[in-house]
Parts: sequence; C-alpha cells; structure tokens
Amino acid sequence: MSYLKNALGGAAALALMAGAALAEPALMYDLGGKFDKSFNEAAYNGAKRWADETGESYQEIEVTAEAQRVQFATRLAEAGYNPIVVLGFQNAATVEEVAPKYPDTKFAIIDVGWLDIPNLRQITFAEHEGSYLVGMLAAMASESNTVGFIGGMDVPLIRHFACGYAQGAKAVNPDVTVIANMTGTTPAAWNDPVKGGELTKSQISQGADVVYAAAGGTGVGVLQAAADADILSIGVDSNQNHLHPGEVLTSMLKRVDNAVYDVFSAGVDGFEAGVHTMTLANDGVGYALDENNASLITDDMKAAVEDAKAKIIAGDLSVVAYYENDSCPALEF
Amino acid sequence: MDFLTLLQIFDSSVRLATPLLFACLAGLFSERAGIFDIGLEGKMLAAAFFSAAFAAISGSVWVGLLAGIGASLALSLVHGLASITFRGNQLISGVAINFLAAGLTVLIAQSWFQQGGRTPSLSGNARFNEITLPFADAVRDIPYFGPIYADLISGHSILVYVAFLTVPLTWYLLFRTRFGLRLRAVGENPAAVDTAGISVLRLRYSAVAICGVLCGLSGAYLATGLQALFVKDMSSGRGFIALAALIFAKWRPWYALWACLLFGFLQALSLRPDAVEAVTQVKVPGQLLDALPYILTVVILAGFVGKAIPPRAGGEPYVKER
Repeated sequence: MSYLKNALGGAAALALMAGAALAEPALMYDLGGKFDKSFNEAAYNGAKRWADETGESYQEIEVTAEAQRVQFATRLAEAGYNPIVVLGFQNAATVEEVAPKYPDTKFAIIDVGWLDIPNLRQITFAEHEGSYLVGMLAAMASESNTVGFIGGMDVPLIRHFACGYAQGAKAVNPDVTVIANMTGTTPAAWNDPVKGGELTKSQISQGADVVYAAAGGTGVGVLQAAADADILSIGVDSNQNHLHPGEVLTSMLKRVDNAVYDVFSAGVDGFEAGVHTMTLANDGVGYALDENNASLITDDMKAAVEDAKAKIIAGDLSVVAYYENDSCPALEF
Repeated sequence: MDFLTLLQIFDSSVRLATPLLFACLAGLFSERAGIFDIGLEGKMLAAAFFSAAFAAISGSVWVGLLAGIGASLALSLVHGLASITFRGNQLISGVAINFLAAGLTVLIAQSWFQQGGRTPSLSGNARFNEITLPFADAVRDIPYFGPIYADLISGHSILVYVAFLTVPLTWYLLFRTRFGLRLRAVGENPAAVDTAGISVLRLRYSAVAICGVLCGLSGAYLATGLQALFVKDMSSGRGFIALAALIFAKWRPWYALWACLLFGFLQALSLRPDAVEAVTQVKVPGQLLDALPYILTVVILAGFVGKAIPPRAGGEPYVKER
C-alpha cells in the first residue's frame, strides 16, 4: 500500500513537472541548501538574474540527502528540462551516471573538469587568479608586512588558493611574510570555526593584520575572530563583505552565478560541451567591492589591482597554478 | 621561542582546554556512577546549537546558555532512560545520541534560519565577552607576573573561570560529601548501595543530569564564548578527546584538569608550527602536530601511563535482586 502510494506520488510529481516544462532549464543545488550565503546561493542568484531578464522560468531542486542526487537528476532529465545545471564536485558521479542515459539533454556541472561525456559542459574556476588579486590587496592594506592565509582541509584545491594569494602579496611587496595554516586534514576542517578562530589569533600574535580564509564554515570563525581583534579579513566564494562591514577587506569571488547565467542564456541551441574555465577574463573570478569595504580600498590599491587584472587577462602576467607541478613558487607548505 | 610567544600558546591552551574540561568532568560524573557516556560529543553539539540559536533569537547570551543546558539535559535524560530505566546498552545509546544531535541540529538550524545549517552571527550581549580581571592593566608592566596575570589569567570569558572552578567543586562533591561517596559507590558496587537502602536509580539519574549540565556549558562555550555562531558539526570530535582525557586522568578531577590542559596545549601547539620549528630546529609537518593529540590518546589507551582502571560497575545496567 505504502509502496503504491509512493509510486503514485512520484508519478504525480513527474506529471506535474512534465506539464510545466518544455526545454525550460533546471538547476540542482548541492547539499547545503539554496540559501547557504555561499556557493549554492550564488547559483540561485545567477538563475534568478536570468529569469528576471528574460521573463522565462526555470525549475530548481534542492538535494537534501546523498541518496537523492541521482534520483533528482534523473527526474529532471525525464521531465524534459534542458539544459540541466548540477552544482558541486560531489555530483561528478551523479552526472556520470545520468548524463549518458539522456544524450539529448544538455548537462552542465560546476567545479568538475575531468569527465568525458559529450553532452556535458564542465565548468571550473581559476581560483588562483582571484586569490592573486586579493593577495595584492592584502599586502597593500597590511601595515605590519605580514598577511595570513587560513585554509580548510589540506587539499590541492585549497593550496591552489593559498598559492595564488601568496604570489599576489609577494608581487606587491617582496618582503611580505605570508603565514599559511590549514585547519586540518579531515573533512571536519571545513566546519571548525573554533579552531579557525584560534588560528586567526595565533596568526595575529605572529604579526598578521590581514587574514584570508578559504575554509568554508571554518572561515566564518576566522572572519569573526579577525573582526573581534580589529584586523582585516578576506572572505571567499561569495561576497562576504557584509558579514562584518568595514572589517572585511574584500572577498575573493567565484562567480558561480555567472556560470549558471551563461548556461541558461545559451540554452539548448547555444550549448557548448567540454571543459570551460572561468577566469578573470570572463568574469569568472574576481574581488568584491561594495559599500561595506569602500572605505578600506583606496584608489591606489584599486588602480594597482585593476592594472594586474588587465595584465593577467592580456597574458602579460601569469599566476602559477599549484596544480602545475604540485608546488608553489611563493609559499612553502 | 620568547616568553610572550609561550604565553600566547598557553593562553590559547586555556581557551581550547575549557570545552574539554567541562566535557571531561561531565563524563567523570556519569562514569563514576557507572554510566558510560560516549554521547558527550552529541550533547555538546546540541548545546552549542541551542545556545547560539536562543542567544540569536533573544539577544541574551544567558537565555542561550539556559537553552543549551536544557537541550543537553534532555539528551542526557534520554541516555538515562535508555541505559538506567530500560537497562539498554550504554554505548549504543551514546552513539545514537551523537547521530541524533548531528542531524537534528542542522535540520532545525536550516528550518529556523535558512542559512545552510548555521545560526546568525552573535554580537554584543548575545555572546560571552572577555572579562578583564581587576588590576589587569595596572600590573601589566611588572616583568613576568604582569603579562601572566594580564594576558593569561585575565581576559577570558566567564565560562573559562567557571570551568576551572568546577574542578575543586567536583573534587569536593565526589570525595568530601555523602552524595559523592554514594555516587562513587554506585559505580563500583551498586548492589551494596541498594542494600543500604539507597536508590541506585536516583543516584545514577542525578549523575547523568549533572553530566548533561556540564556538557551544556561545554557546548555553550564553543558557540557563544569561543565563537559567535553555530556551524554544523562544530564540536569536531572534542567530546571524544574529552573521553580520552578522562581515561588519561583515571577518572579523577584534578588529573582531569591536567589532562585537559595537556590536550589543550597540544592543540594550541599545532596552531604554531613556527614556534615548534624555532624550538626543535626541525621543520615539523603540520599534519604531525595536528595528529599529536590523537597519537597521545593511542599511547594512553595502550596503557603506557600506568593502568587506568574504570569504575567496576561501569557499563552494566543495575538489575535489582528480587
């Protein structure tokens, strides 16, 4: 009986979705939820911007448990949504399973660049370029010539952030000291604001007066400790300047919203498969400037950063990616 | 390594030891009464969430603290119900509480605040601020004593002082009062206590309740003292470290203080690879420093620091003879 009820419920939901959609795009959020003030919310903002501008609608679905990933992606594809944007590297296995079954549906996945599926667009970000710019800002804002970096879990992606940051800081001031700490080596390191706060205090006692956090939930602890100690901090992924107005120097933006917006705008006809890297050149990464940090970024700082940005885009300045040879020219781990 | 760096590491040790100390003493009460409690972690987490949530809603950290203690107490009573009244397996009940707390906190946080399982940041009266002890600024210039008093002893949130005061209090309660004697007896030989006409159930329930209150303080300190918000899984295994400290301390309050300070110190040390390098002249990998508390735990559990004998009736539900 209960099985029948489930099946009927599922069929009803499917029918509803199928009725509503024909070649409407869809967005599948990762765990963490739509309003996570970070990654997922950025994607939502991109989708919303597209909907507001075009007046069209899209379908969205929030994954709340691991088991729903494949199920939800399949349901979206089955109902005829096209293209379907899936968020997060944890969904790599999901699209690997679902995308080949629906060759006519266009899929896009964010933060994955290693799959080989013809109807899949894979979007990665040049985090080191954005980190380079905030590293420059950090070194320019620092009065003690010491800047800090606090990473979450010690994985190559986070070293990639740290490496870009250190290169940027050293480019402004070759004598600057960059203190880099990782919160831990297990996934618990993404959610340990207490240790993040203590790391911040220890970096402050070593002289750091600007601290960049690329550490997920741990990062809010870093920003908090920095604000408590009246030093500057740098947020990550989405614009976190508003968390402590006037005390967050800037945020390294990862424009997931632009990535989603682009896929939605291109639609089915303009869809391009393959790996796409979001860089400074296509506004994929950047630094945040808004009313909360306007007083912290002087015109000189802005000019210097814009200059470097132009050079990176033009190819005159290359920021070494940690991935290239698993080491960083500006920072020792 | 200069004196000030050392002081900063000790300062950090004190802050990091405090949640461990609360949890360790919580476990001490429970286990001395014969109830093993591996649910310390879960209770801490629940208390962290409810203290942050209620502090955010009400704007008062004290309301938050009460809510945190209440949540932890409720989980304690569940543990008590399962392991004392229904004589269930205490380890299984503890594990269940850990899972329950991990899931429930995020679920409720998402439904109340829609911030991806977080609570809003606390500020002003909604969090425990650092308190400066009298004369801290006046004595700062005295060599050695000044910085120690002004930086190390002064300038913590009130819960830190409460934690350190709980140690002598626990010692007094357990070793100098009738209640303490009975509580220890119930963990060693409940039948004897029962024969003397004292309720084993009531004693064990009160021990579990004290455990709940202390875990509540521990969690509230994490979310409203050390930090100013709740993030999912923010207790990050501290409840388990506290359990290890409890075994290390051989279920004694003063030893618990030193064990927790040692674990706090090791955690603080892992934050300062530069200082470690300066002292040892070797570049010690950060991963090794991070692992030190766990390595120490393994060494302790392997029995290298003398035999740790748990309360004899620990883990066994008491069945009254008919």
